[in-house]
Amino acid sequence: MKLAIDGLYKAFESRVRLGIMSVLTVNDTLDFNALKEFLDLTDGNLASHIKALEKEQFIGVTKSFVGRKPNTQYFITDIGKTAFNQHLKALEQLIELQK
Amino acid sequence: MKKEKDYIGDIAEIRSMMERSSKFLSLSGWAGVMAGIYALVAAYLSYAVFNFNPDEITSPIGAPASGSMLPPQLVSLAIGTLLLAIGTAVFLSQRKSSKRGEKLWNATSRRMIVAMATPLVTGGLLILILLSNGLVGLAAPFSLIFYGLALFGAGSFTYGAVKFLGVMEVLLGVIGTCFVSYGLLCWAIGFGVLHIVYGIYIHYRYER
Repeated sequence: MKLAIDGLYKAFESRVRLGIMSVLTVNDTLDFNALKEFLDLTDGNLASHIKALEKEQFIGVTKSFVGRKPNTQYFITDIGKTAFNQHLKALEQLIELQK
Repeated sequence: MKKEKDYIGDIAEIRSMMERSSKFLSLSGWAGVMAGIYALVAAYLSYAVFNFNPDEITSPIGAPASGSMLPPQLVSLAIGTLLLAIGTAVFLSQRKSSKRGEKLWNATSRRMIVAMATPLVTGGLLILILLSNGLVGLAAPFSLIFYGLALFGAGSFTYGAVKFLGVMEVLLGVIGTCFVSYGLLCWAIGFGVLHIVYGIYIHYRYER
């Protein structure tokens, strides 16, 4: 269901989502604004991609308050890590095949 | 189906995002060279003009009982050099990061500054306490040690060479503590010569 025929995950088809997964792989947690800066996206665009990845349970969210300001931290889940690794492997293989 | 070029593009994107979000790479090499030159000038001035070259831990510069024993000009020189070096680094790094299309103040640079702040603030306070107790000879080597520790910590968030630079500074600081009469010389090598060498290395390795 989630997989395309070639072993690639449908959810990672967009570059932006690959970017989100990459950034969260090397950072334990990041807030919305840090993600926005790294990926250079608008609020709405980033939010919709995050929602899609959240739905697949590839990334998780913790919400808390810093003083009175809401603070949302995003992190990569174990499912997300596995899926991302498999996606990378599939990419590698495809490139190998096409050489 | 996507073409091969797209897959390679995907991987390139992943690589660059991982690096960009975990390493602060806008540190300018020229800033290192400039900081080194300021430090050499400052070391020369303090030696030649203010006659500052303590050869003992409690070097009598003023009357021992008069509390602070450093002439105010020397303190101004030290603070001025520090501010000038930081200012140059911020200015040049700002230019480099905007050229790379990044923001200077992002999650990575924040983390790097926080990692540096702990040893720097600790060292700064310790040196102030030492100075106020007349242990002037330890100021230069201790500043090397704590600056080196700060760089070593910061090295995880930027070029690996910074870590190596940190180790060298700590070593010079330890030598300067053992042989206090060489303290100022070690300081000039650590903050002057090493910064210049490091800056040139970064410039030729990453900025051309």
